[in-house]
Amino acid sequence: MKTLNFRVVLFVFALIFGVVFSIPSIMQSESGKKITLGLDLQGGLHMLLGIKSETAIESRTKSMAATIKYIFDDEEIIFDDLRIIDGKKITFELLDTDDVAKAKELLKKELPGTVLNENGLKFSLEMTAEEIARTKQNAIKQAVDTIRNRLNEFGLAEPTVAKQGEDKILVEVPGVKTQEDEQRIRELIARAAHLQLMAVDEDRAARVMTMNPNEAKSYGDVILPDVNTPEKYLLRQIPVLDGSMLTDAKVGFDKNNQPVINFSLNGQGSKIFGDFTAKAVGKRMAVVLDNKVYSAPVIRERIGGGHVQISGNFKLEEAHDIAIALRSGALLAPVYIMEKRSVGPSLGADNIKASSLALALGFVLVVLFMVLYYGMAGVIANVALIGNLFLIIAVMSLFGATLTLPGMAGIVLTVGMAVDANVIINERIRELLHEGKSVAKAIEDGYDKAFTAILDANVTTLIAAVVLWAYGTGPLKGFALTMGIGILASMLTAIVGTHGIYQWVLPKIDRKKLGLWFGIKTEGAK
Amino acid sequence: MEVFKYKKPLSLMSKSKRFGMLSAVLLVISLGLIFTKGFNYGLDFAGGTLVQVHYDQKAPIDKIREAIGKDQNYENASVTYFGNDNEIIIRTKHSSKSLGKDMGDTMRELLKGTGNFEVRRVDMVGAKVGSELREKGMMSLLLAILGILIYVSFRFEWRFAVASVMALVHDVTIAMGAVVLFGIEVNLDTLAALLTILGYSLNDTIIVFDRIREGINTIKNPNLGEIIDESVTQTLSRTTLTSLTTFFVVLTLFVFGGEIIRGFSFTLLVGVVVGTYSSIFVASPILMWLGFSVKEFREKEAEKLKREKEKEKMRAMYENGTV
Repeated sequence: MKTLNFRVVLFVFALIFGVVFSIPSIMQSESGKKITLGLDLQGGLHMLLGIKSETAIESRTKSMAATIKYIFDDEEIIFDDLRIIDGKKITFELLDTDDVAKAKELLKKELPGTVLNENGLKFSLEMTAEEIARTKQNAIKQAVDTIRNRLNEFGLAEPTVAKQGEDKILVEVPGVKTQEDEQRIRELIARAAHLQLMAVDEDRAARVMTMNPNEAKSYGDVILPDVNTPEKYLLRQIPVLDGSMLTDAKVGFDKNNQPVINFSLNGQGSKIFGDFTAKAVGKRMAVVLDNKVYSAPVIRERIGGGHVQISGNFKLEEAHDIAIALRSGALLAPVYIMEKRSVGPSLGADNIKASSLALALGFVLVVLFMVLYYGMAGVIANVALIGNLFLIIAVMSLFGATLTLPGMAGIVLTVGMAVDANVIINERIRELLHEGKSVAKAIEDGYDKAFTAILDANVTTLIAAVVLWAYGTGPLKGFALTMGIGILASMLTAIVGTHGIYQWVLPKIDRKKLGLWFGIKTEGAK
Repeated sequence: MEVFKYKKPLSLMSKSKRFGMLSAVLLVISLGLIFTKGFNYGLDFAGGTLVQVHYDQKAPIDKIREAIGKDQNYENASVTYFGNDNEIIIRTKHSSKSLGKDMGDTMRELLKGTGNFEVRRVDMVGAKVGSELREKGMMSLLLAILGILIYVSFRFEWRFAVASVMALVHDVTIAMGAVVLFGIEVNLDTLAALLTILGYSLNDTIIVFDRIREGINTIKNPNLGEIIDESVTQTLSRTTLTSLTTFFVVLTLFVFGGEIIRGFSFTLLVGVVVGTYSSIFVASPILMWLGFSVKEFREKEAEKLKREKEKEKMRAMYENGTV
């Protein structure tokens, strides 16, 4: 027998490689790189979120206004009529000309990235265009981080949160068991968790139920509803401080054993809070979360230490989720759903069942056909086909690729197309045998002549796969990937591999038994 | 086993007018369907919401419609069986941007009392994403065709490229026509199927063209029609068998692959059949109509050979230092 040739050695290596690296995926073992199942196969939640980045500008402006108020008070600069116009412009008036230079210097130091316009003693402050763009970019980046933190803290296995394109966020959460859980996750993600401590405007508070929002605005106030009751509050528009100075939030219980959320402020926050409460004894301060008033207790004395409590008739679950949201930080800008796909675990299991059945049946049909039609040549092609399947799984495992339902379809399709190369080669060999060529010559010429056709055909299919991969989203990428890998692998298995096997077994091929070897009657042979 | 054994070439080119007519009729019908009835765009491209609900017995569809109708937002929702009697799909054009309560959550409440059920799938695509996906989809089809055109031009003569792309457009158009005719929902996976048809139907065409290219160089007869006849006959078994293996697997996918990928497998099924037909009966006649001349092709090849030889000669002379 002829010694092993390089083609068959290469094929055997590829086969070993394929089998070894597909084991972790096939056995679903703990260790080793393996294919992850797509959300459509294992069930889960896929969302594409948009972000209202304008809101980030508004809240940034608001917190800048709070800063201005704080530093002016701190430096004893007398000012009046501090307001926010259209959510992006801050105006104020200084009363003392002597303060102008000092105020300008302070603002320049404390609020970089802004432009200050002055008209006499009236000033207006706005963010620069670059600062606005930067803030928006930040808002997206921060939203991605925040959502990721929240999902991680919620205790979910391997959620994916990533920025997509310029201004979108992709969220994928596998293994969501029920629709109720899913709703809770969505609400956790969506929670802005924008915490503000705001002073109640005690001078006008009595008239709040009859006041309209525009009137409130003219006083520099804002009307916000209570979270549980129809009551409304008239609050100073510029908050005392906001959640950005929060360091921790935990669920606790009050005297009546009701869940509450305790949070702590950082050094600066504690100082602002202490100073404010010292000045506002006897007045009320509202704890506002996402523009709803949770409580508005009367300040009895200066509160130091920076520990604040939110109570609001929470359910324990709700308190838990709010605490997570507060800890992970506020969303600078709210997010909304652009696209959502959720698949329950039972449907995922059904999908796996159906597509595996199709794969198995298609495979059996093709294998049977090849043996019936081509005899041993068909068996050789089938060996290559099995090698091809292992290679696809191995390569996908190594990349840690995701197998989706269309991906399964891609594998099924590859089974049908990978044998095409062998059909082309076998037909060519048969043709040459009919012409009376020797077996060895027929095989060599057959491979030689079939190669260009197979190459061209595969490259064009590959072009379609690459385009689909580049333009497709989610599951479609999976389809393109499996098909692309399948085509490339088939070049190795169906062309090189089978060629090697022929060369290896050539001495055994009997010119008189072409029926067994190539499925043709030997009449053509001389 | 051997099915295709032809001692003499089939005379296909003499019948090319008939096949041309058949293709023309199919194309006209397909285009007519596409432009009058139009695509039944599914969720991916039209936007909206889809909720799939599984009952542990036959779904009480009238009761379900009544229950959903109670909410004004869903008055126009369509409720249909999906795959089997236990499974239903509810579709609306609505899409909500809110992350909180979505249509799946609302349905859970509305459907209480209609039996034991489980909400298994909630898909929502906003209008903006839908139109974006549609744009990208068109773009990908065009890009794929362009890429193939460039590659085939590079590998073959330009007339081969144009002929194969025309055959491709023929296949994709007829497959689209079938999709419209049978009211198949057009989603992203339908698009994937169309792109696969592009790649796949070209496979067969290329096998034929590769043989014609070879025939031009080896067959003495300079009559293109006869060269084509002979080449097509020689490759007939190949073309049919490769399609057959693919047809097998696509058929199992169609029958057993489940309702979700039915649109995908149906489109492929049509594509494989049309693609095979066009490779045998459509692509080659186009080559002839485009005025491909065997004589010119051979002259060009000969000239190419001559130039190369001359170049070599020059190089040899240069290397010998005789210039």
